[in-house]
Amino acid sequence: MESRFISEINGKKNYSNTMSDMMSEKTEDAKTEAPIAEKYKLQTKDVNVFYGDFQAIKDISMNIKPKSITAFIGPSGCGKSTFLRLFNRMNDYIEDFKMEGKIKIDDKNIYKDKIQLEQLRKEVGMVFQKPNPFPKSIFENVAYGLKIQGIKDKKLIADRVEKALVQADLWNEVKDNLSKSALTLSGGQQQRLCIARTLAVEPSIILMDEPTSALDPISTAKIEELIHHLKQYYTIIIVTHNMQQAARISDYTAFFYMGELIEFDKTKKIFTNPEKKRTENYITGRFG
Amino acid sequence: MRKIREFIIEKTLLSSALITVAVTVGIILVLAVEAFSFFREVSIFDFFTDTEWTPLFTKKHYGILPLLTGTLLTTFIAISVALPIGLSISIYLSEYAPRSFRKTIKPLLELLAAVPTVVYGFFALVVVTPFLQQFIPSLSGFNSLSAGIVMGIMIIPFVSSLSEDALFAVPKALREASYGMGATRLQTAFKVVVPAASSGIIVSIILAISRAIGETMIVAIAAGQQPRLTLDPTVPVETITAYIVQVSLGDVQHGSLEYKTIFAAGITLFALTFLLNTLSFQIRKKFRQKYD
Amino acid sequence: MTNVQKNRLKDQLFKFWGIACTLIGLVLLVIFIGGILIDGLSRIDWAFITDLPSRKAEKSGIWTPLMGSVWILVLTAIISFPISVAAGVYLEEYAKKNRLSALLEINISNLAGVPSIIYGLLGLEVFVRIMNLGASVLAGALTLSLLILPIIIVATREAIKAVPGSIRDASYALGASKWQTIWNQVLPASSGGILTGVILALSRAVGEAAPLIIVGALAYVPFAPQGPLDQFSVLPIQIFNWISRPQQGFIDNAAAAIIILLLITFIMNGIAVYFRNKWQKKLQ
Repeated sequence: MESRFISEINGKKNYSNTMSDMMSEKTEDAKTEAPIAEKYKLQTKDVNVFYGDFQAIKDISMNIKPKSITAFIGPSGCGKSTFLRLFNRMNDYIEDFKMEGKIKIDDKNIYKDKIQLEQLRKEVGMVFQKPNPFPKSIFENVAYGLKIQGIKDKKLIADRVEKALVQADLWNEVKDNLSKSALTLSGGQQQRLCIARTLAVEPSIILMDEPTSALDPISTAKIEELIHHLKQYYTIIIVTHNMQQAARISDYTAFFYMGELIEFDKTKKIFTNPEKKRTENYITGRFG
Repeated sequence: MRKIREFIIEKTLLSSALITVAVTVGIILVLAVEAFSFFREVSIFDFFTDTEWTPLFTKKHYGILPLLTGTLLTTFIAISVALPIGLSISIYLSEYAPRSFRKTIKPLLELLAAVPTVVYGFFALVVVTPFLQQFIPSLSGFNSLSAGIVMGIMIIPFVSSLSEDALFAVPKALREASYGMGATRLQTAFKVVVPAASSGIIVSIILAISRAIGETMIVAIAAGQQPRLTLDPTVPVETITAYIVQVSLGDVQHGSLEYKTIFAAGITLFALTFLLNTLSFQIRKKFRQKYD
Repeated sequence: MTNVQKNRLKDQLFKFWGIACTLIGLVLLVIFIGGILIDGLSRIDWAFITDLPSRKAEKSGIWTPLMGSVWILVLTAIISFPISVAAGVYLEEYAKKNRLSALLEINISNLAGVPSIIYGLLGLEVFVRIMNLGASVLAGALTLSLLILPIIIVATREAIKAVPGSIRDASYALGASKWQTIWNQVLPASSGGILTGVILALSRAVGEAAPLIIVGALAYVPFAPQGPLDQFSVLPIQIFNWISRPQQGFIDNAAAAIIILLLITFIMNGIAVYFRNKWQKKLQ
């Protein structure tokens, strides 16, 4: 069923090889996997998640295109954050967490044992709900990811820090105070610092877990603008409570309810002409 | 009527609380008065510079230095044992261990501190010293090494428990940020969590030092009763506390200079621990504000 | 090896190191207690418990120090319990945020860190000399009461803090006075936590030797104390005395007495943990 509307999306996107796409969908394990990698940055197949006896995610399959913004929406407790955290295996340290199914990034199964957790997380950056800068200087915050990789070249680190801060649109505000504690920044600046910190590691996917829920409207607008700008370089997946936000910034929207993926389509379609009644009810504010 | 009763009850409770102040005042007064009368007979300069402590011999010297070095030597050995082990335990329990393991092991570790110290003294003298003598034949029957090691084991929970509380209080969001960038648990622990919890960890270390300095029975049993200005851990020494016990076990006349020596030694001990405790209290106060 | 692999390896190594550290103290304790059991268990019989001390190791028993410990335990409990719980209640329920309460706070935190032997010096001057109680059970119990005061006060405050505010509001809403609320609602609800603190503090007191040696408790007393003004010894001092003897017979005696002392300590700790768990379940 899932593959049906995925192919619908594909049909509407003007990618020429929609057919081969559908083909390879069907022949998952055959040799024809390679072309998919170019098409999809991230694929999940029949993913189930359990916390002990509680099933948090029910049988979700989903494909995400590179350099796109995908928004996850749904009422609290619907599993959208849990699902997002699967992509960088952030749930791994939770006790009695269990996952079934496949998740592939660039066509590599990230839940295979051979995959290095740390490597994966460099590839898949994450920005959290509340700004969570380390109690260190601004510079040290951004340099952190590089230092833990064992990079010692000071010039290289300084360059990458600057580049990341420029990309995160924070450079002009902090360039004279790089040694000041990150905790002295405002909430919005802190969140942009956290984004810069993520960018410095040079990931290809950025996961954002309600990144503006703790911010005021002006800071939110700034972050949204930034996200929009980052799209040209990164694949972005954002969990949001705010439906206007999803409508404003995302290309695709996935609606989750009670651990299930109810509908996943182009944002425009979801917000104007959803397939499912439940999606429509949620979007029009009838529940949630 | 009801108002009067409530008033009386409140004042009764208050006076109970004030007893604690009386205890402190009492301690300071008692130590100061007896020490003052001690220093009328012994110059304070000699007390701090004389390198011998022989108040119970015919040729009397009153230099606190040998007792002080004995105390600091055993404390140093104890901390050298307790700090790496205690800190590793706290990091393991807060960053690695499954919650169920943490819950069972913490009370068991507390048990280490619940064992009476005289029992640890026995352990040091009867088990550890003979064991170490197999490797260090020159190790004397009484020495600061065994006493220090055993004392270190005893204060492990002082370091581990408080440090673990401090580590555990570090917001989860900071850990996630670090993991999210590809840091291992070890990197996250040492680069993010430990620095963020540093004041709490320092408090735990200071309190452990203070505890080791004031520890009495282990050193009285296993470290010896020979005041000696040395840093050699294999020979008998005497700590301030062990000296006070030694004098108390004998028959010393109230009012004699020997009697007063234990108060002079006591006030030195009290001053040391008081400084450390005050320091830790100040740090803790600052630390609390940071997290609120 | 790449950096990532190196970091992973370090991570794993630390994990094992952490487990080793966590277990080493406990393993040593078990080995040690095992050794004591081997040395001392054969020495324990009914006569060992009920015999008076003797100059001959094999004839010595622990009756007088055991009774001394019991006397100390009971008197210390009677003296310290009301004072420290009252102080804890005051600090938690009455004290306003002012200079006085700040002073009390610093003071209690400091007292908790004063070495036990210093309390012995205080007891020696105040109880033994000035109050002229001599080296009596009462002087010893008063000294230990002061020693455990801060421990029970802290435990009382923690226990009261854990009582949900809604219980207080409900009581006030029914027109109860402050003290009625504390006496009828707060104290019963926090009793489990307070009891835990009291038992743990008393178990500490039972194991103390140093302050009692300073106060003048004797290593050898011919009879068990009959009243609070009698001379006394306690188990830890008897053990200390036996350890200091060169003959193996006394070392065995010390091991046997340690078994009894540890038994008392562990049972008290066990009861405390039991009460705490029961209480915490009730609170939730």
